[in-house]
Amino acid sequence: MAVELDVFVGNTIIMSEEVYQLWLDGYTVNDAVKVRMEGGVLDEFDAKADVVLSDTMDQYRTFQMCERLLHSPTKLANQLLFQIPPHRQATLIERYYAFDDVFVREVLGKKLSKGTKKDLDDISAKTGVMLKSCRRQFDNFKRVFKVVEELKGPLVENIRQHFLLSDKLARDYAAIVFFANNRFETGKRKLQYLTFQDLAFCAGQLINNWTVGAVDNMVEDMDVDLDKEFLQELKELKVLITDKDLLDQHKSLVCTALRGKTKAFNEMEANFKNLSRGLVNIATKLTNTKDVRDFFIDLVEKFIEPCRSDHWTAADMKLYLTHYTNSAHILDTFKHQVVWDRYMGVIKSCIFKMYHD
Amino acid sequence: MPGKLKAKIVAGRHLPVMDRASDLTDAFVEVKFGNTTFKTDVYPKSLNPQWNSEWFKFEVDDEDLQDEPLQITVLDHDTYSANDAIGKVYIDIDPLLYSEAASVISGWFPIYDTIHGIRGEINVLVKVELFNDLNRFRQSSCGVKFFCTTSIPKGYRAAIVHGFVEELVVNEDPEYQWIDRIRTPRASNEARQRLIFLMSGELQRKIGLKVLEMGGNAVVGYLQCFDLEGESGLVVRAIGTACTLEKLSSGSGTHTHPNTAPASNACNSPSKDGKESPLAHGCRSTHNSPVHSACSSQRLSQNFSVSVPTLIFTGMGSGSMGKDAGPLKTLLRQQTQTALEQREFPFFTLTSFPSGFLLHVGGVVSARSVKLLDRIHNPDEPETRDAWWEEIRQEIKSHAKALGCHAVVGYSESTSICEEVCILSASGTAAILNPRYMREGCLDLGGSDQRFEDPSPSSCGFCHIPYDELNMPFPAQLTYCFHCRRQKVPDVLFTTIDLPSDAAIAGKGCFIQARLCRLKKKGQGEANATAISNQLPFMEYELHTQLMNKLKLRSMNALFGLSIQISVGENMLLGLASATGVYLTALPAPGGIQIAGKTPGDLNTEQHILNIQKRINDTIAKNKEFYEVNPPDLTEEVVGSPIPEPRLRSRLFRSHSESSDELSELDLSHGKKDAFVLEVDDTDAVEDIQSLLTDASPPKGFYSCNTETMPGIYNWTSALQMFTSVRVLRLSNANLSNQALNKVFTDLCENLLKSFYFKLRSMIPCCLSHLVFSVAVPEEDLIQVAVTAVAMTFDKDQTQDKPAEKPITKGCSEAEDQLQFSLELCTDSSSINSQSSSKNSAAKLNQNQLIVVRSAGVPESSHLSTRAASVDYGSFADRCSTWLELLRLKAHTIRRGSVKTSRRTQSLAHSVSSLEHSSPLTDGRSRSLRSSRSFGGSSVSVVKMTPLSFLPGTRIVKYVGIINMFFIRETTSLREEGGVSGFLHSFVAEVFAMVRAHVAALGGNAVVSYSMKDCVLMENPNKNQCQCLINVSGDAVIYIRETDQEVTGSTANIRLSCTSSADGAT
Repeated sequence: MAVELDVFVGNTIIMSEEVYQLWLDGYTVNDAVKVRMEGGVLDEFDAKADVVLSDTMDQYRTFQMCERLLHSPTKLANQLLFQIPPHRQATLIERYYAFDDVFVREVLGKKLSKGTKKDLDDISAKTGVMLKSCRRQFDNFKRVFKVVEELKGPLVENIRQHFLLSDKLARDYAAIVFFANNRFETGKRKLQYLTFQDLAFCAGQLINNWTVGAVDNMVEDMDVDLDKEFLQELKELKVLITDKDLLDQHKSLVCTALRGKTKAFNEMEANFKNLSRGLVNIATKLTNTKDVRDFFIDLVEKFIEPCRSDHWTAADMKLYLTHYTNSAHILDTFKHQVVWDRYMGVIKSCIFKMYHD
Repeated sequence: MPGKLKAKIVAGRHLPVMDRASDLTDAFVEVKFGNTTFKTDVYPKSLNPQWNSEWFKFEVDDEDLQDEPLQITVLDHDTYSANDAIGKVYIDIDPLLYSEAASVISGWFPIYDTIHGIRGEINVLVKVELFNDLNRFRQSSCGVKFFCTTSIPKGYRAAIVHGFVEELVVNEDPEYQWIDRIRTPRASNEARQRLIFLMSGELQRKIGLKVLEMGGNAVVGYLQCFDLEGESGLVVRAIGTACTLEKLSSGSGTHTHPNTAPASNACNSPSKDGKESPLAHGCRSTHNSPVHSACSSQRLSQNFSVSVPTLIFTGMGSGSMGKDAGPLKTLLRQQTQTALEQREFPFFTLTSFPSGFLLHVGGVVSARSVKLLDRIHNPDEPETRDAWWEEIRQEIKSHAKALGCHAVVGYSESTSICEEVCILSASGTAAILNPRYMREGCLDLGGSDQRFEDPSPSSCGFCHIPYDELNMPFPAQLTYCFHCRRQKVPDVLFTTIDLPSDAAIAGKGCFIQARLCRLKKKGQGEANATAISNQLPFMEYELHTQLMNKLKLRSMNALFGLSIQISVGENMLLGLASATGVYLTALPAPGGIQIAGKTPGDLNTEQHILNIQKRINDTIAKNKEFYEVNPPDLTEEVVGSPIPEPRLRSRLFRSHSESSDELSELDLSHGKKDAFVLEVDDTDAVEDIQSLLTDASPPKGFYSCNTETMPGIYNWTSALQMFTSVRVLRLSNANLSNQALNKVFTDLCENLLKSFYFKLRSMIPCCLSHLVFSVAVPEEDLIQVAVTAVAMTFDKDQTQDKPAEKPITKGCSEAEDQLQFSLELCTDSSSINSQSSSKNSAAKLNQNQLIVVRSAGVPESSHLSTRAASVDYGSFADRCSTWLELLRLKAHTIRRGSVKTSRRTQSLAHSVSSLEHSSPLTDGRSRSLRSSRSFGGSSVSVVKMTPLSFLPGTRIVKYVGIINMFFIRETTSLREEGGVSGFLHSFVAEVFAMVRAHVAALGGNAVVSYSMKDCVLMENPNKNQCQCLINVSGDAVIYIRETDQEVTGSTANIRLSCTSSADGAT
């Protein structure tokens, strides 16, 4: 008595968000049925397992047929095959492009290539995200990357328009694209404590301030590539550490401002030259692609870790960096105020975000 | 007479990649009509080509216009090899041939390929210029409107109902021609699709000719079917009801006159505008044994009385029985006879009727005949098939006569084919009709007089028996009507029509199904046919018994919308009877069900019987509560004050009285088995009891019915979900007994229902309406059930509301509705005011029987004058920017125009209507064009679909054309497409998509009376192949939301308000 065929098609799409999530999470039909039954579908409605199975199958088929459309969400709005109310369309897309932070943390900064795709089973095992879901998320990253790669205009706006995503999700994707493009190293053990949201915030800072797009908004890749001229100019900051007078002057200005305002003053005073060298060296090396990749690891090693070992609080950090940045303006021989602000603005907010356990 | 067809290919989008190298496509389009073909330029390297072609012009006969579809083929240009076809679009241009419907077809159509399904979309514009000629109707039947709707379409009035029209055309099936062996499956499928398009066009034209001959201008209840007879050919046949329809909003003088009959009818009961009133009390059915060649010889016909399922054998002569009836009935009959007897078949495919049309209902009449198929030798002379149907119709006619009726309503025909055996079935409801609808002119003159001479009130009149009680065609128990107490009514009534909207009922309706599966030996030819036809009467008998028992179990006494389907397979016969049970307060209360054992001495058995009895009694009590069957004064009627006379009289005929206490005495005097008594020793009875008790009632918040409307629910909200579900079961165990098979089949149907309830649980409180099950045995060991229905939400709190208030409460906002206009006027309408004021005026109407303006929404409406209306109009006109507003406005104005026949308003009305003709549609069209072109931004306009003839909370303002489409889909990579389920799932979705696209292109925003006539699935999983054919039909309409009407503060003509109340009320 086998059911050979069983379909149910509505004129308007019939879907439950719960089942959609199960599908996205990579559950097989049978597992999904189990989850649904444990979740109490049966209690609220007198349904037997076969009814739930039939319903789940129908929805899974619908989602599979929709998947092709979801790959280019703009099609979803003017395709004729399914009649989907607009709010449903939005849900379908937003959920399809949503990702797990644990998963994205693993692939962040990696090349979105076949090679990485092969490692997905390991990532799946490590993160507990089902392989099917990993693939979907990975393919989403790749698809978005491919589409926006060739487009002019602001990155976030492009993503939002081509994939009809919410502002928040579009920003996250922009971060992912940015990381993938510049191949920032994020996988080192020292960086493990950083969450995706930390890094996405930093990416946002970099996109807004350090890319070509920050100065010219009609170039290709404007939000993806760092502004080469700017990186070149960063070399000029070197005087801050090479010119001994300047370094001493800077130190004394900062120390004067900080004295009595923090418990960690002694450590700050002792470490000033080291820390300043660290930050300025990061700046001057950014012309090398390799050093760009190590940007985050450098920040942690050269600045965050020393501070942490001296038990600075977040407030200390804020205080120190504010005065460190502002004092440079008072140095009369230091002529690179604009570049300094553009550099330190980003560094400051990145470090604030990254300075936690 | 010639006409000019013009087509323009605008653009394509989402085309498939045809060139792997470039990931692009070089697409061009061939446009073909008849034998003329045009081509567009190649639009190179694009998946979104913009052809923007010139207008291709075809100069053709209008006969061809009716027969031929416009064929659009999208191809990929290939320099070196043959061009690859991407897909096709067939456009039926019939809707352009009548003036009231669409004036242009324009929109995005899915490009369909029988192997790959939908592959992108194409934007097309089609227009027709018919050269006006007085003669133009001679050659063709352009201008005759077709409606699938089985009632008088909204916004129209039936001036005359002419009657039955039928036609069939036959051809060889391309799938079975020799050439099929050498051509590709795609070519074969396309040949078939094209042929069927042609055949249905031809069929429609021929039917149109018949209608014109009769003097009509429309076909209502148009039912077209395909018989895929395999080797012996392809038959397309259609039946319908020819009518002369008048548009209500046309502003014609006749119905603005206050004294006109239809108007006063309507006034009489705005709340319960009569749709139809059938009542059937007995069922007669016939089976012809394999008559194939020797059709006149042995014929076996049976009559079933439903109340007491008994077999009576009647010959053809049985028709004379009903002739000598009581004086009143004779009189009635004489009036109608002249009108009806001129017609060969006084049949009506309608299932619901204007108030007063249906006087009495006799019962269900049905006939079946088993035939052996033979190759159709001469397609131009389909005499054999014609003769077969003719025979069956004669049978039906004589059954109706035997029931004392001169007409058959709710008539339908169907076939079931397995190899060379074909079962032809026809059924309907015998009825007596009001003669005034049959004669020209009488509708408008003195119709009301006649109506009030009619002694039967509309709420119970249709229940009164049409036949002579002393000479009944079958044994039945008659009592005096519990309503008027003047006429006799049967104890149970079965009909194939919808519940008349003015029928008095108690509680809610209920979907009742009887299922039966019978094994049969495999056989060949004549012997096989005989075996089948020998089984048929027993199947029908059992189905009726089941229905009867299930009806009793729910404490109901009437069935509406009864349809009995018998499907034949190689090794089994399936019977499925579906109906909607209801408690008619005019009929006596049903008795309970008594269980009796054959061997009274046995203690165990008795205990067992007691248990079953208790369960049954519990179930009855539970059902009573669930369906809210609490007939008022029930006890008083039955026990307290029995009318002495009917008792005496009826005792002559019946076996026991109506109260359940007396059921235990089994009366076998007439050789009948008492329907109420089930003997448990009887294996059949055990089966019955089992099936009775296994039928789960729907979960809380759900109701279901197979009729247009759910009896007892009036306050629909506008959420709606139409769906199609198909399930195929493979019987793994070949040696099943009949009983086990029955169980399997019953479970299949029950599980489907459960599945629907589960899937649609978010819509609670909700009703599944128009549940249409169709069963088939596609192969040995396979049972296929296909269901199409609509789930509609209703407002639970007001379920008890009377229909009169419904039009106001009905309107509800709906998020997905695209045609929503915010109107500035809405601010000054308070819903509470409008509700009460309209109620008041409606009440006034009842008393005065005059046309009074029912006002809603406008505060000062109580003294609304025509002048005020036109002022209102003027201020309004400036703001009309959309055609919809115009449309609504038009309705608005005309409604006002009908208040007084002032010249000024009328001319206004005319000018608006002409406006509507010229601009609104094109306007809407261009809007859709614009929107769909802008990539990504806009969405596709929503098209609602429903198998019902109305959409709750809305008013249909225009019928834009009939949809009748046939698709074939085939795959040779079944596994890759997700197996049969995946294959069919996408095919059904594609069919919906194509229907919606065609409707939208016609300017419509909904399909009503949608049905899936055929779903033939042939699979061969071993070869990884599957083929499916689907035939769908419906009426494309433009609707506006009722709230809009309310909001504009428009005044409603009584007739309009009635129509809308009929929608929801029935």
